[in-house]
Amino acid sequence: MANRRTRITSTQALIHFFGWLPFVVTLIQVMTGNMTANPIQAVEQRFGRVAIYFLIASLACTPIVTLTGWREPIKRRRALGLYAFMYAALHFTVFVGIDYGFDLQQVARLTTEKPFILLGMTAGVILLALAITSFKWWMRQMGKGWQNLHRTIYLGGVIVVIHYALARKANISTVSGDIIQPLVIGFLLFTLLILRIPAIRRLASNFRQKVNASRMFYSR
Amino acid sequence: MDNSLKSVTPRSSEITPEATYFSRRDFLKTLGIASASAILAACAPQGNKSLSATETNRGVTAPNESGLVDELGNPANSFKDITNYNNYYEFTTDKEGVAAQSVNFKTRPWTIEVGGLVNKPGTYGIDDLLKFEQKERIYRLRCVEAWSMVIPWKGFQLGDLLRKVEPQASAKYVAFTTLFDKKQFPSQGSPFYPWPYTEGLRLDEAMHRLTILATGLYGKELPNQNGAPLRLVVPWKYGFKSIKAIVKIDLVDQVPSTLWNTISAREYGFYSNVNPNVDHPRWSQHSERRIGEFSRRDTLMFNGYESEVASLYSGMDLNANY
Repeated sequence: MANRRTRITSTQALIHFFGWLPFVVTLIQVMTGNMTANPIQAVEQRFGRVAIYFLIASLACTPIVTLTGWREPIKRRRALGLYAFMYAALHFTVFVGIDYGFDLQQVARLTTEKPFILLGMTAGVILLALAITSFKWWMRQMGKGWQNLHRTIYLGGVIVVIHYALARKANISTVSGDIIQPLVIGFLLFTLLILRIPAIRRLASNFRQKVNASRMFYSR
Repeated sequence: MDNSLKSVTPRSSEITPEATYFSRRDFLKTLGIASASAILAACAPQGNKSLSATETNRGVTAPNESGLVDELGNPANSFKDITNYNNYYEFTTDKEGVAAQSVNFKTRPWTIEVGGLVNKPGTYGIDDLLKFEQKERIYRLRCVEAWSMVIPWKGFQLGDLLRKVEPQASAKYVAFTTLFDKKQFPSQGSPFYPWPYTEGLRLDEAMHRLTILATGLYGKELPNQNGAPLRLVVPWKYGFKSIKAIVKIDLVDQVPSTLWNTISAREYGFYSNVNPNVDHPRWSQHSERRIGEFSRRDTLMFNGYESEVASLYSGMDLNANY
C-alpha cells in the first residue's frame, strides 16, 4: 500500500520536469546575462506565458479523458494547475517587485486605470483561491461548493487570454497586429471549453466508444 | 531656417544635439582614425561649443564603454544591445531574432523615390544620399512599449533632402513607405498587418533639424536590423514613427495613413509624440525602462526634447492630438 503511494509514474515525472524547467532555464539565463537586453520584461513575460501553458494543460485533462479514455490526466490535473499558479505568482512578483520596485501606489494606479492589469490581477486571485483550496481537506470541507469554486477556472482562462492579447501590440476587435499567439491560445481554450458542454462531451465519448469497439472487432 | 529656434537659450546650447554629438572626441578615440576624417569634416563648424558640452557631460555621468553620452548625460547603449534588441515586424516579432533573420537583407542596389507635391521629384540611389552632410546625433529612442535606449546615429537632416526637391506650397505632410518584398521580409505575408509599413510626419516636423534620415550608428554603416540602408529617426516621437528601410518619400496635402494607426487609431495616433501625461489606452507611458538599467525612470515630455520641439505644437490639445 505504502509502496503504491510513493511510486511516481512517468507522466508525473514529465510534469515535474517541465514544471521546473522554465524556472531553472530562466534563472541560468539571467545569471549568465543571456536573458535579452531587457531581462526584467523578458522574465516577466516568459513566466506569464508559461503560466498560460500550464493553465491550458490543466484544462485539457478532462477533454483528453473524454476523447481518449486514458484516465491518468485527471490525477495530474492538480499538479498542472499548481504549476500554472506558481508561474502566475512569479509573473506577478516580477511585475510588482522588480519591474515596479514595490511601488505599490503605482501598481494600484495601474490596476484601477488599466483593464489589462485588472484582468491579470483578477485571474491571479482566482488561481490563488484555487491553489489554496486544492487540497483534499478543503475538498471535503467545502463539499459541493468546492466544485463550483473550481469551475471559475473557465472564467480565469478566458480572462487570461484577453490579458495576453491586451499585452501585445494588437487589436482584438479587428484581429490585426501582433495577435497570432493569443489567437492560437484562445482557439485552444475555446476548443477545450466546448468539449465540456455535456451534449458535445457525450457525443465525443460515444464516438470514442464506437471507434474502440470497431477497433476491437478488427483486431480479433 | 531650421537654425532660428527661439527656444534655444544659452543654457540649452548644452542640450542641442549637435553639441552632444560632439562628445565626438571620445568617439574618435574609440573608433580610431579610420572614420575620423569623415566625421571631422562633417562637424567642423561647431567645434568650440561641442568641447564645452563634452566637458559638462563628463562631469555628471560615469562613462560607459564607448564614453558616448547624450546631452542629458545619459550613456549610450552598447552596440550589442542596439543591434540585438529590435522591433522589426517585417522579419519577426521576436526582438532578439531580428539580427539573425536580417543578415542577408539586400541594401544595394537601393533607390528612394522622392515625389508627390514637389517641383523636383527624383529617384535617389542610396549612395547619392550619403553625399548629404552626414552628422552624428546621440538620441534617446523611446519605444511605445515603454523601454528606451540612447543611440549614436549617423545620418543627415531630412530637411536637406526635402529642400532639394522643393516642396510645393500645397504640401502639408510627408508620407514614408518601407520596401514591400515578401521574399526578403517573411512576415509581409502575414494577413494581420496592412503591409507595407507606412509612416508620416507633418511637413514642419519633417523639416525640423532634429529629424534625420539615419544611415549608420556608432560610426558604422547602418546594420540591417536597425533599418538599413535608410531609416527615419524622430527622437521626440515613439520609436514606431521612425520607419525603416525606406523606398519612398511622398509630399502630400492630406494626413497620410500609417500602419499602426490603421491597426488601432485610438492607440497609435498620427502624432505619437512621447508624452508621459497621455497614456496608451492599455498601458502607462508614465515611466520607462532604459535598456541596461534596473529601475524604471520617468518618461520626459517630448522624450526630453521639449525645448526644441514644443513650439511645433503650441496651441494644440495634446490629449486630443496624441
